[in-house]
Amino acid sequence: MRKVLLSMVFALAGAITYAGGYRVGVQGQRALAMGHTGVAVVNSAELGFFNPAGLVYLENQLTISAGVSAVFSEVAWQNEKTGESARTDNPAGTPFYFNASYKLNENLAVGLSVYTPYGSTVKWEDDWAGSHLVNNIELQAIYIQPLISYKVADFLSVGGGPIFVTGSVNFNRNLSRTLTDIDGNRANVTIDASGVNEWGWSASALFTATEDFRIGINYRSEIIMNAEDGDADFQNIPDTPLAPFSDTTFDAQLPLPAELTVGLSYQLNEKWLLAFDFNRTFWDVYESLDIKFANGVVSQNARNYEDANTWRFGAQYEATDRLTLRAGYYLDESPVQEGYFAPETPRNDSMGFTAGLSLDVTSRLAIDASFAYVRFDEVDASYDYYVDENNQTVPFGGTYKSVAFIPGLGVTYKF
Amino acid sequence: MKNYIKYIGILALGMVACEPEFDNPVDEQDAYSNGEADFSNYVALGNSLTAGYADNALYITGQENSYPNILAQQFAKVQETQEFRIPFMADNAGGLLFGGQPNPNFRNRLVLSIIDGDTLPKVYTGMAPTTEVANSLSGYFNNMGIPGARSYHLLAPGYGNIEGLGADPTTANPYFVRFASTPGTTVVADAVAQNPTFFSLWIGNNDVLGYATSGGVDENEITSLVMFQGVYSTIVNSLLESGATGGVLINIPNVTDVPFFTYIPTSPLDPTNPQYGPNIPTLNQTFALLNPALLALRGVTEETPGESEFSIEFNPAGASPVIVRDESLPDISQQLKTVLQDNGYDEATATIYASQFGQVRQATSEDLIPLTSSSAIGALNQERFEELVEMGLPQSQAGLLATNGITYPLEDQYVLTPSEQEKISARTEEFNEHIKTVAEQNGLAHVDAAGLLSKVATEGISFDAGTVTSDFVRGGAFSLDGIHLTPRGYALVANKIIEEINKTYNSEVPTVNIGNYGTVTPNNQVGN
Repeated sequence: MRKVLLSMVFALAGAITYAGGYRVGVQGQRALAMGHTGVAVVNSAELGFFNPAGLVYLENQLTISAGVSAVFSEVAWQNEKTGESARTDNPAGTPFYFNASYKLNENLAVGLSVYTPYGSTVKWEDDWAGSHLVNNIELQAIYIQPLISYKVADFLSVGGGPIFVTGSVNFNRNLSRTLTDIDGNRANVTIDASGVNEWGWSASALFTATEDFRIGINYRSEIIMNAEDGDADFQNIPDTPLAPFSDTTFDAQLPLPAELTVGLSYQLNEKWLLAFDFNRTFWDVYESLDIKFANGVVSQNARNYEDANTWRFGAQYEATDRLTLRAGYYLDESPVQEGYFAPETPRNDSMGFTAGLSLDVTSRLAIDASFAYVRFDEVDASYDYYVDENNQTVPFGGTYKSVAFIPGLGVTYKF
Repeated sequence: MKNYIKYIGILALGMVACEPEFDNPVDEQDAYSNGEADFSNYVALGNSLTAGYADNALYITGQENSYPNILAQQFAKVQETQEFRIPFMADNAGGLLFGGQPNPNFRNRLVLSIIDGDTLPKVYTGMAPTTEVANSLSGYFNNMGIPGARSYHLLAPGYGNIEGLGADPTTANPYFVRFASTPGTTVVADAVAQNPTFFSLWIGNNDVLGYATSGGVDENEITSLVMFQGVYSTIVNSLLESGATGGVLINIPNVTDVPFFTYIPTSPLDPTNPQYGPNIPTLNQTFALLNPALLALRGVTEETPGESEFSIEFNPAGASPVIVRDESLPDISQQLKTVLQDNGYDEATATIYASQFGQVRQATSEDLIPLTSSSAIGALNQERFEELVEMGLPQSQAGLLATNGITYPLEDQYVLTPSEQEKISARTEEFNEHIKTVAEQNGLAHVDAAGLLSKVATEGISFDAGTVTSDFVRGGAFSLDGIHLTPRGYALVANKIIEEINKTYNSEVPTVNIGNYGTVTPNNQVGN
């Protein structure tokens, strides 16, 4: 199992932004099919992510849920005044999850959860109009979390555990809108840091009001990723004291914000289950991306994110003994404020339409499939806080349109 | 299983729908209108400004940022266009080779270097030039801007004939030699052969500029108005007869709006300069003896020394003007010699002073001193030094008397006097009058580049990251030669051209963001 886990970590560690900021809400096919609700749904080991307090309610001794999604996400940008346009050419992201729950007794379960809640891969064409802000960025964070779930009373259980995060970042952009070497090649910098490890935690509770009605709450702590001594690689720098850039190291911090989820589920009848989740992601912590180079130069990039909410609605219908159908919808607020719309995380408010199914192949093994289509409104937006080489603040704006489409496949195994 | 198939179908649909689409995508052909113009085959005619010449050289990135190439890229956003072919140089160094040999008149580009606080542009030496003039390019080219070309050159057979380069005077232009279709062709013939649907013409600058940049030494260097009018109309008619449905005519900027003439102040002499400052007392003593004679002979009586440009005095505490030879002044050397001899100067000294100061005054704020004078000012005039030594002066004294701009007047080529400026601006105005008339007669778009660059020079033009001005090196509009534009400057011109084309032809060609275009290139790999 360890081997499988490791190979998943290394082979599938790609992830992509499609929710607000660089949050990637794809932590369970069953939940995603229901609009990524799940804080109050006792359904599978996906609870390891959504609400570990619920693990103790799983019927089987061992439950495993694992899966992977393919995120096809593209952003288009254009400026009507100049006729410029650009499109990202993002590689498909592959966020994954692995959850295992083992019930020790009626009141106590332990588990392990591995998931990728944050990440971003945005790849614009090199030297596009916004290349002074970003050419490409790849951000990854893998959460590994041992869990415990304890039933305090018949109506209340609690759960949680420490989170180990390992992350990496690779970011390339041009140094300015115009600096080139003698042959006109744009001067650019790549910063790269990997193996950045930090710790966090999550805690949750599940309140079972009646057999059909549950209320859940889950809190995942903020984790500040400290990249230290990353590599900064400068390319196409002209030979002049006016551009004193040479390869060096850098320090930077990137916050993975805390998230609070509250929600409920209601078993309408034997066939129908309804769920509602509310997420609040505490993006307020992301004020600025400051890259401190070893030579003392600091690149400050104001972000000024604000806390953002997501409202999620889901439904499940047991069509036959073996087939369960799901559908959902969510409304996802962007943490990006007006004037701070940077093409590295070009996210405005979005709506997700989701659907999926589970098919019991055997009594122990089910295949979970989900599909999400994320719709963004076309938006006129700009990033107004880029400071150029002459200390002038230069806006970069235009019209953005994003779309994401996420098919995913998983398995649930019960023993 | 049926359900499966249904979902796979939805999946496939999603895949197709994955590309984000705008309500009004700018990259579709109907996003903008070409109006009554047909930009499908655009040909640009002109001189260095059209070629994308900058930093005293033609090189690849300059050509890429030429205003015709910027226009062609914007035209391509409006309608389907042919490839805009450019006779690219072989490198970004910029120098020309003639039979493998470099030529001092076609050196590498200038770059902005900072060496021990010296920030005057210098010649890039990071690579040797590789553009061989004899390697002629095949096919026709849409950008027919030819550095150095005057109006009448565009109609001159043999202007692209390599044989003509060796003639005296030269009858060919190495830049046209590189891409002329045949040795005997003309620029206009090669343009017409491409059946352009749209053209631009920006010619005439060198017809006055050659006179101006050489400090106005030879008045014949200005093309006559009659010649210009005839040639200009012929060029435009040829292009229209070839089937072009539209075009744009760009007028001639006032050469005095460029930093080449405005950067060097007329009072450049700095008393803190160790080569000059310590000599001020001696200089003033010497001129104090001469000034009464100079003033008297010029008919100035009431002035105290220092208040007339005819009495020469240097300020020990501040900047002083250079002394210049002004050919519009009556030559008083004969009288001066007599007066000096009457006042006890020996004949040899009187002769020297008389020949040196017979047509001299200190520069005034009305004069313009070309950038090319910067290295001459305060330097020893070797020729004069040798003359003086020959006349029997000791070397130290000869040296003192042969310092350019201080004791030896700046020669005519190093200064543009008000009367010379007057000639240039009068002819420029006449040329521009004709250009406007031709545009009106033929319904062509007309671009007032003179007005544009005058605005850049006086108040500047703001853009998303500041203001573009004509300040040398820093202003952003002019390249390091002080005459030709930077990519940002050319983009500014391109926007103005687009504006006028849109007005004339009811088209909707989008403009560019000039902030995305660079200015001067810094590099410390330089020589002299």
